[in-house]
Amino acid sequence: MAKITCKLSGLEKSFGRNHVLRGIDLELRAGEVTALMGANGAGKSTLVKVLCGYHFADAGRIELGGEPFAPTDAADAISKGVVTVHQSIDDGVIPDLDVATNLTLDRLTEPGVGLFVNDRKLRRQAQDVADGMGLTMDVRTRVADLDVADRQMIAIARAMARSPKLLILDEPTSSLSASEAERLFVLIDRLRADGVAILYISHRMSDIRRVADRIVSMRDGAISGIFEGDTLDYTGAVNAMLGHQMTEVDITPVSGGVPVLEARDLQLFEGSPPISFTAREGEVIAFTGLLGSGTTDLAEIVFGLAKQAGGSLTLDGKPYQALSAGESVAKGVFMSPKDRSENAVIGDFDIANNMTLPFLKAFSRFSFLREGAQRSAAREMIGKIGVKCEGDDDGIGTLSGGNQQKVMIGRWLLQASRVLLLDEPFQGVDIGARRDIGQYIRQTSAGRTTLVFVAEIDEALEIADRIIVLNEAAIAGEYINKNIDLNSLVADVSGPGRKWTSDDDQLSPAQPPAGQAGTSARTQASNQIAAG
Amino acid sequence: MKTKTMNKNALDLAIRYGFIVLLCGLALFFSFYASGFASPRSAVFIFQSVAITGILALGVTCTLVVGGFDLSIGSVATSSLMLSAYAMVVLEQSAFVAVVLCLVMGAVVGLINGLLIVKMRVPDLLATLGMMFLLIGLQRIPTQGNSIATGMSLTDGSVAVGTFSAAFLWLGRHRFDLFLDRLLPVPVVVFLLIALLIWLFLGFTRHGRLMYAIGSNERAAGLVGTNVQRYKIVAYMISGVLASIGGILLAARLGRGDIASGNNLLLDSVAAALIGFAVLGAARPNAFGTASGALFVGILLQGLTMMNAPYYMQDFVKGIVLVAALVFTFYLSSRRGGRRTA
Repeated sequence: MAKITCKLSGLEKSFGRNHVLRGIDLELRAGEVTALMGANGAGKSTLVKVLCGYHFADAGRIELGGEPFAPTDAADAISKGVVTVHQSIDDGVIPDLDVATNLTLDRLTEPGVGLFVNDRKLRRQAQDVADGMGLTMDVRTRVADLDVADRQMIAIARAMARSPKLLILDEPTSSLSASEAERLFVLIDRLRADGVAILYISHRMSDIRRVADRIVSMRDGAISGIFEGDTLDYTGAVNAMLGHQMTEVDITPVSGGVPVLEARDLQLFEGSPPISFTAREGEVIAFTGLLGSGTTDLAEIVFGLAKQAGGSLTLDGKPYQALSAGESVAKGVFMSPKDRSENAVIGDFDIANNMTLPFLKAFSRFSFLREGAQRSAAREMIGKIGVKCEGDDDGIGTLSGGNQQKVMIGRWLLQASRVLLLDEPFQGVDIGARRDIGQYIRQTSAGRTTLVFVAEIDEALEIADRIIVLNEAAIAGEYINKNIDLNSLVADVSGPGRKWTSDDDQLSPAQPPAGQAGTSARTQASNQIAAG
Repeated sequence: MKTKTMNKNALDLAIRYGFIVLLCGLALFFSFYASGFASPRSAVFIFQSVAITGILALGVTCTLVVGGFDLSIGSVATSSLMLSAYAMVVLEQSAFVAVVLCLVMGAVVGLINGLLIVKMRVPDLLATLGMMFLLIGLQRIPTQGNSIATGMSLTDGSVAVGTFSAAFLWLGRHRFDLFLDRLLPVPVVVFLLIALLIWLFLGFTRHGRLMYAIGSNERAAGLVGTNVQRYKIVAYMISGVLASIGGILLAARLGRGDIASGNNLLLDSVAAALIGFAVLGAARPNAFGTASGALFVGILLQGLTMMNAPYYMQDFVKGIVLVAALVFTFYLSSRRGGRRTA
């Protein structure tokens, strides 16, 4: 067995009352790629931040190469041999400077460096680093002029110049195409051979299949499963990451009335497999899939924020193609976006104004707002959806995350819609608020079709009549929410995506499309996701 | 516990009404110590001194509301001043034509600003800074850098014979009777009317509400279906038009196309809009605040002048007021905000 590079034992971290890491025990071995999986909020990024010196652990210890390791800050962690390449590439490079300067920048900050920069010497050093990494570009190129993959390589090369013991890669392929990603994997293979311990954080199953020697799943601040051996149990890893206690919500699935929204051979990305589905009046459909599986992209296409690569949509039997959010809202297609603080909350406004924002026209006469009408509508919705607050004039910032989200969902329930899209409606929402929101959405679901986009299977089970699983922009399975075979559902989520031929005109409910995908179809799909 | 809530209430009150109390206190102070301060004529004089700055400040308020900024207002005003003089003195056009030309010019400049910012993605400060330079230069080209007045000699050797029409001068010089004869000058009336309109527009119409939403979270406003780009362009157009109105009133008061006037317009009006953040604890741009901010500066300067403070202290005093107002807005409000969420 390989040497242990880094050993975590009993690591704990809390932010206020929020217990984020609940005793992490983990060993990272030299020359081994450990993939770390976890849903949003599982504690992955906190774990990384503790390792790279941004946060201090509240309890527990870390050993690096047998020595106790307690970095005082990010620079200290790097100098001791823990180097992190963060998700956002431009954090790792300085785009306006050339490759040589980027590769040698860290040396400029070392103590004892002279005042003047010896360009020629730096360039030679940089060339050595570049050669060592197999980078072929001219070191005088400005980083901003390189493509994403090369920038990523340089960020990693900068990290490697420190000869790290432990390299942490946080979603390194999130902006790479498949061929670019393959170059990264070759580099990872080389580093592994050099005996570097690598912690690889990703949601993308295809990446994990390619590089991981073992998989660690995290859930709710604890490690929920470690998978190693000659053949890795990917389904088990996804299962451990998403987890599902039996949900207490009892749903009697309805099959819905007339078709409201129909997708025909819709391609989310250029070259991705066509997907077709029919959403009927009165039913709630959950689209579930891992990050990057296309759920958010589907929501954005229906709402008119993005354009599909192929295929068409019909709304109430008529061709439907929205070009802007305003147009969609006018046609009765509403969307509550994910990441509420960025995409939905107006921080300066109170509850009533946040809630009524999309429908100010209905609340005004000759353009002048009727504040009384606004407030009474908001008060009514506050009561119905159960927002805990002192009054409708509370600032939105005074509410907890769950209550803010109730306001954001309530916003789109003020007026009747034909299609209601809810992208990650339970993000950062506690279990109580989640139940309230789910219940209210189901209560009001008559008269429209509701599409909910969630990564967590639990959430899908709690709200949907029907669950459609997306994997790499393809429909991987479809289930009526009654006595679902969870193993099969999880297997669909973790893929391999199943081949979907356009001959089969429409999905018959509860019957995943037949035929197992060839690997080529899957890789092709993943190429396209990355390119998009 | 109890003292804590009392403290909180006191802080709330201070933030909400502190500025207004200060304004009244200042007026009272000067009434006692500067003889002649407390008279209708003196009050009107204060209004007159801040009318044009105030109109520009109301325009800049609209751009601040959508999270932008307009540095070109000062130069739009002086361009409008020169354009109206040029139209009447050199081109010998009527007052009506001159006014319409200026308004159109202001709207077009605002439109270009808006398009630069929204379509070309130039940051607002840079786009309007560029426009400011461009206009400062442009307004001097037709007259080779000279001021415009009847009787000036033109490039082709002839003499300009046009005059400022009486109707145009009326805009700057006429005074309406109000209790006293010839009390209220037209610019003051225009200022108060525009302040009322902008106050209604920003505070009570859905368009104003959407503009505030854009300023607070542009993405979120867009995702509920707001046409963010159009509203931003409209904000810059309002700003341009109001600045050109300011320029017209200035030209009408001066009666000539004075190249050197209006130097201070930009800074004074921006200061008024920023001081306005502090009024009623709004902590954001608002029309009532902007008008009060302009008035506050006017009262302070008038009072100090009547108490024989030297003229060169004026900018210094404005600076102090501005800094104090900003501290008031951002520091105290953040403390209040912090407590609220705690």
